[in-house]
Amino acid sequence: MSENIKMKVQNISKIFGPKPKSIIPMVQEGKEKDQILAETGHTVGVYNASMDIKQGEIFVIMGLSGSGKSTLIRCLNLLNKPTDGGIYVDGENVVEYNNAQLKKYRQNKIAMVFQHFGLFSHRTILGNVEYGLEIREVPKSERREIAMKNIEIVGLKGYENKYPDELSGGMQQRVGLARALANDPDILLMDEPFSALDPLIRREMQLELLDIQERLQKTIVFITHDVNEAFKIGDRVAVMKDGKVEQIGTPETILEHPANDYIEDFIADIDRSKVLQAEHIMIQPNALVSLKDGLKVAVKEMKDNGISSVFVVDRQRHLQGIVTIDDAIEGIRDKKSLEDVLITDVNTVKRDEYVNDLIPKALDSKFPLAVVSDDHRVEGFILRVHVLSGLIGDESEQEEPVQAGV
Amino acid sequence: MNRRKGDSTMNSSFPDIRFEVGKVVSDFVDWIDTTFEPLFDFIFQIASSTILGIEDGLLFLPWWVFLAIVFLLGWRFKSISSGIMYAAFMFLVGTFGLWAVLMTTIAIVLTSVVISLLLGIPLGVLMAFSKGFSVVMKPILDAMQTMPSFVYLIPAIFFFGLGNVSAVFATLIYSLPPVIRLTELAIRNVDSEVIESAESFGSSRWQMLKKVQLPQALPTIMAGVNQTTMMALAMVVIASMVGAKGLGEQVLIAINRIDIGLGFEAGISIVFLAILIDRITGGIASRFQRQKEAK
Repeated sequence: MSENIKMKVQNISKIFGPKPKSIIPMVQEGKEKDQILAETGHTVGVYNASMDIKQGEIFVIMGLSGSGKSTLIRCLNLLNKPTDGGIYVDGENVVEYNNAQLKKYRQNKIAMVFQHFGLFSHRTILGNVEYGLEIREVPKSERREIAMKNIEIVGLKGYENKYPDELSGGMQQRVGLARALANDPDILLMDEPFSALDPLIRREMQLELLDIQERLQKTIVFITHDVNEAFKIGDRVAVMKDGKVEQIGTPETILEHPANDYIEDFIADIDRSKVLQAEHIMIQPNALVSLKDGLKVAVKEMKDNGISSVFVVDRQRHLQGIVTIDDAIEGIRDKKSLEDVLITDVNTVKRDEYVNDLIPKALDSKFPLAVVSDDHRVEGFILRVHVLSGLIGDESEQEEPVQAGV
Repeated sequence: MNRRKGDSTMNSSFPDIRFEVGKVVSDFVDWIDTTFEPLFDFIFQIASSTILGIEDGLLFLPWWVFLAIVFLLGWRFKSISSGIMYAAFMFLVGTFGLWAVLMTTIAIVLTSVVISLLLGIPLGVLMAFSKGFSVVMKPILDAMQTMPSFVYLIPAIFFFGLGNVSAVFATLIYSLPPVIRLTELAIRNVDSEVIESAESFGSSRWQMLKKVQLPQALPTIMAGVNQTTMMALAMVVIASMVGAKGLGEQVLIAINRIDIGLGFEAGISIVFLAILIDRITGGIASRFQRQKEAK
């Protein structure tokens, strides 16, 4: 990831009440939220929050309800005006913008997706997606074209003339996403966008978001209360509690080194198999046989590595199949070639697949799983036993080189 | 002015402290009348020519065209059987010999409703946007609705003399509150996330109102239109006391002559018209409502 900082949030505080500014000194003294509420009747929404959000990353802000995460994300596009602090986008402090500048900023740089979609029920899907362009006074034919393109991106082609109430929740949120994307913003704010959806649809939408992000490379600030969701889609995660940012880091860092007890508790019941990906538990492919090598080399390779099956690749390391020791010896006896005894029906996985998703494949297969790149090149192996052991602890990630598979 | 409040017959134990607010008000009305006479003349001209225009237009239509329009409206917004029924109602009124006065009544109601909406919707929007204005307006609206409607007839005569314009004026005061109230309520109740999302795209205040708040509020505003129309119709009968023509006048004549037949015919005609107007505007409102509720 490039170190380009797109948005720099600096000591942002948001206080609700009749005289918010007067509370700032108390915040700076480090008084607790409850104490401030009891003494002054002011509610501290966000408490001295700072974070750097990098160009092109998905930055997740995670916290329970009331932790100030929604307040904070609304500060980023000034739906909430921060009581104190600065937000620098491309070097400009947007908190100090006047009305006209603010309108420009919202129209061109930042767009938001809402928890309950926030769709305009009186407009068709097309009308909804066009809204931002209409506000910017983009000519009609052009905005129609852009809107249609974005409706297609989120997979709603053919629904453009329906009304939001005619679509399911998942589809409505796709409209919300298309509407935000149509403005071609640099920064996309997503306020618990998938919380209102049922679990199956939520998973599908998460994957789709990652897919869209891969193509568009926006800077995304994503809010969620769900740890699994945060760790699944976040490049980096900020954990908030009582308006304060407790820790910022990659999912792996937070899992390995939680900053305090609160975060430890928070991640205690997280399903590691949903955070760890194939690449985290795969082992290096040090035993490989080329198709040209023949059966004898394959047998030698298995003997040297103490394994009972070996993957076969071509010169470009494209996966061809697997050969077992039994088949190889029988093949040599019957004067067959490597190709004759090759088992091509091998389960393959991608390196960014979650361990959790590998379980069915592991159960289904008699051989180790091959981790392959998009062009089918072998990148590593996963032994079936590791799919299951990966769920328990972290020691299992350091492997002895023995491939005791099958 | 000759003031008698039955002091002679009422043996009140209340001390003899008098604050004659009625006199203050009547002086004030006098003052308004003389000061703004040209303005009232102007309003009178516009209102009376509007009523006349609509009435002439309606009377110019061949009766069967009018019935066809009624049928189509009923069909479109309710059902085909409703359309037939409404047209039959209007036909019946014609057979009572009350066709021309029916058109007059419709003209007065339409004029009142149109002016109500032109004034009421912007006022409602202002109330939704400004808390202060809303606080000031609320008691005024309460007063407008609870004051016995006959009371409005007096200033109406003062400003506009006897006739249809006074009827429209009195009707307006009576029928304006529901549309104002419901407009305010509707705008305030637009889902906050919808407002936020419009805002997050950098909408200006005017764009927000025009493209989001008013369309979102429309179903509720339409319910207000339905109420306003019904109240206008109710008031039009009372307004016959200040010389408004139409069905109300027929009722008044029937009372004076103790003519049960005419009273019944005029009365049932008003009922028919009320049903027709209520169902059609109600049908329009619920059509909008359904769109919103299905969300």
